[in-house]
Amino acid sequence: MSRPNDGTLDRRDVVAALMRDPGDLLVVTGLGAATYDVGATGDRPLNFYLWGAMGGTAMIGLGIALAQPSRRVLVVTGDGEMLMGMGSLASIAAAGAPNLAIAVLDNMRYGETGSQYSHTGHTTDLQAVAAACGWTRTATARSMDEVEALRPRLRSENLFAVLRISAEEKPRHLPPRDGAYLSDRFRRALGVVVD
Amino acid sequence: MDNPTWQESVYAALKAARITILGYVPDAGHAHLINAAHADPDMQTVVLTTEEEGIALSAGAWLGGQRAVMLMQSSGVGNCINMLSLPLNCRMPFLTLVTMRGEWGEFNPWQVPMGAATQPVLTAAGVHVRRADQPDEVAEMVAASAALAFDSQIPVAVLLSQRLIGAKVFVK
Repeated sequence: MSRPNDGTLDRRDVVAALMRDPGDLLVVTGLGAATYDVGATGDRPLNFYLWGAMGGTAMIGLGIALAQPSRRVLVVTGDGEMLMGMGSLASIAAAGAPNLAIAVLDNMRYGETGSQYSHTGHTTDLQAVAAACGWTRTATARSMDEVEALRPRLRSENLFAVLRISAEEKPRHLPPRDGAYLSDRFRRALGVVVD
Repeated sequence: MDNPTWQESVYAALKAARITILGYVPDAGHAHLINAAHADPDMQTVVLTTEEEGIALSAGAWLGGQRAVMLMQSSGVGNCINMLSLPLNCRMPFLTLVTMRGEWGEFNPWQVPMGAATQPVLTAAGVHVRRADQPDEVAEMVAASAALAFDSQIPVAVLLSQRLIGAKVFVK
């Protein structure tokens, strides 16, 4: 079922663009399709995939950003996960983290559970929510040209971006899900583990 | 110089544990620690809209190589439960100081159910719980709990009893 205002972007194309030449970008992904999408671009130790802890992705990003102020942190998550942690948009804005950006893959649905409409499919505008919380840089992309224009900004600004993807479901790509492994390899890749 | 208060000793214990990020949902019982953290240029403070944010914040700090603590009151423990799967699954430390309500001279009945449930709920969720009732045991308990959390990479909660912090009194 589709609606006239549905996004049209292919989520795998969007995430492939965001993750192209990742360098030493620190990436946190929200449970469900955002984790699969980022994993599908190639597993790397500096990707921290969530398979649960719904609503926590952005705050994990903030913690990393505060701990590593000279590194760039990108949060990639879905609209449902961001909605569950909507208060964190206020907490992050209040804390201030110039090295943190958030990209929300917005299909206006809870894709993992049968594509029920989320609040963005009803009445909520997450870009406006972020702006109202004090994010001074916000954007929405509806075309791949706009995604490409946001790509460098997501690696240089304290930007909150909504990416309007279609509701099409993709084959599941399952990156590692052992949290202790993901945590340990992330810290080792950052060089913060002392043996 | 006067002897430090137990609250001052707790802040010193957090500093000695090399904690550099402090997340909090305010409580009157934490007022000293919150003020001390804001006055400390080497402590990053994050005010949270809900307590589960502090668990995710602490996880991120650990991933980035720093140590965090979260301050909350017992009513906030119930907001945390699913998020506690994060440190457990990822074998990460988590340290929280919880001021207790609803147990000692409480005037507000709405605080009583979560106050009574705080310790069993945390235990059921896999958190190691310590409880301080006496002023002279708090700082040592916080220091030992920080060592347990960060060295053994487990979640640890220190409950600060309502008798210790003083029951909140409302007067007309």
